[in-house]
Amino acid sequence: MYNPTVARLTYRALLGRRRALILFALPALLLLIAAAVRAFNGADDQIAADVLGGFALATMVPLIGVIAGTGAIGPEIDDGSIVYLLSKPVKRPTIIFTKLIVAIAVTMVFSAVPTFLAGMILNGNGQQVAVAYTVAALVASIAYSALFLLLGTVSRHAVVIGLVYALVWEALFGSLISGAKTLSVQQWALAVAQKVSGEGLVTSEVGLSTALALLIGVTIAATWYAGQRLRSLKLAGEE
Amino acid sequence: MTTINIDHTSRWFGNVVAVNDVTMTIGPGVTGLLGPNGAGKSTLINMMGGFLAPSTGAVTLDGQPIWRNESVYRQIGVVPEREAMYDFLTGREFVLANAELHGLGAKEAQHALATVEMEYAQDRKIATYSKGMRQRVKMASALVHQPSVLLLDEPFNGMDPRQRMQLMDLLRRMGSAGRTVLFSSHILEEVEQLASHIEVIVAGRHAASGDFRKIRRLMTDRPHRYLVRSSDDRALAAALIADPSTAGIEVDLAEGALRVQAVDFGRFTELLPQVARAQGIRLLTVSPSDESLESVFSYLVAA
Repeated sequence: MYNPTVARLTYRALLGRRRALILFALPALLLLIAAAVRAFNGADDQIAADVLGGFALATMVPLIGVIAGTGAIGPEIDDGSIVYLLSKPVKRPTIIFTKLIVAIAVTMVFSAVPTFLAGMILNGNGQQVAVAYTVAALVASIAYSALFLLLGTVSRHAVVIGLVYALVWEALFGSLISGAKTLSVQQWALAVAQKVSGEGLVTSEVGLSTALALLIGVTIAATWYAGQRLRSLKLAGEE
Repeated sequence: MTTINIDHTSRWFGNVVAVNDVTMTIGPGVTGLLGPNGAGKSTLINMMGGFLAPSTGAVTLDGQPIWRNESVYRQIGVVPEREAMYDFLTGREFVLANAELHGLGAKEAQHALATVEMEYAQDRKIATYSKGMRQRVKMASALVHQPSVLLLDEPFNGMDPRQRMQLMDLLRRMGSAGRTVLFSSHILEEVEQLASHIEVIVAGRHAASGDFRKIRRLMTDRPHRYLVRSSDDRALAAALIADPSTAGIEVDLAEGALRVQAVDFGRFTELLPQVARAQGIRLLTVSPSDESLESVFSYLVAA
């Protein structure tokens, strides 16, 4: 199911492109904000939770997920270089699964690790806030990677659609329309984080069992469907 | 001995028919797939390479379907037309990755790089390569698993004459070693130099098949049309029609020119300046009026 050569090509493609700069810029911004907040306000559990929930989990994690998820396959399909993978005796679902693993790993490294560091800077993990949001970022990384990887196999405009989902749906509608909150990776991840953190600092609109079921279901369904998409991907050539 | 069979195969994209009821067999040796741009050559090659399902019909390799049959890819090497590669890798890394995807390793990769004479630049990033170098690295990636079938889509595009000769040499060797080599081209001379067997595709249809000499004769023996302007059109017309290489002449008064139909292309091109000089006539314009490849091919289809 996992092909180390496909993995190597994928992470080198992800980190070798200019887009990869965002992978470094966003975490750097988070750490900067964390340091500034700590310097001006001192350690405060509620503020720490607000920064991690409002910026890290609501904005940074989905954006990193978009870059890593769509970037793991979209550009190869766009420019046609995926030919070199498809012409090999490698099962196409194996290609998708491997790319998913790489996308998850990259998203986790660039979102969960900085989230934890920012939490430590903000309040030294008081009331488990840093750990709770790190867990949320880890969980969200898996679902976002699967969703955006699928998007990369479906549309040439995967990045734009992914950004719209991440910024408009998750951030805007998610806070306005209660129904949208149920269908939000962010809320699912928060439900898991809620279990970890102290009383009242992390809240989710979704119950834990619903959240887990949706997280697992979405991840598996998206990965399966991406595999199907790649199996029926047709290269039309340049004519 | 590996044979690709294309059996009553069509492929359409929406309303556009790219390949229309084509039946052909590609056997060992070098075969040229000739046709103008947009004729459906790439679509055919994509179906033979397993990147595209036929809309109807069957494309098989020794009886096995190629579409969605990963195990067949062990026998196929593909050199796509598109330039896109993993530009951030070095040539060596790229060929090695292709070898690994076939379950092979560094030894095979190195051998393939040596075959295309790219060892000298193997540690440079592909992004820095010229078009010919890219083509050769693509070639190495397709050869790395010693496939019995090699499919090349417009492999000579962008190559300089020396690289072209090298590649032709390599393909010729592979063909005589019993491998099935198929390459597409829209340039007759390329196909003529390399392929002993030609398949011609025009507008999605299989227009001709066979020995290149036969097809070449069909192409060169067709009537050629020329538009000629001179200092004395009628005197020139009279002198030209006396020679058997000219089949007909029309004096086009509106254009102020002669429309000449020549049957013996070689002889006519020698005759025209000689006649003009002997008669003291100055040639002002001599232009072939149907030399476009499309007209050559449409003539072939009609033949």
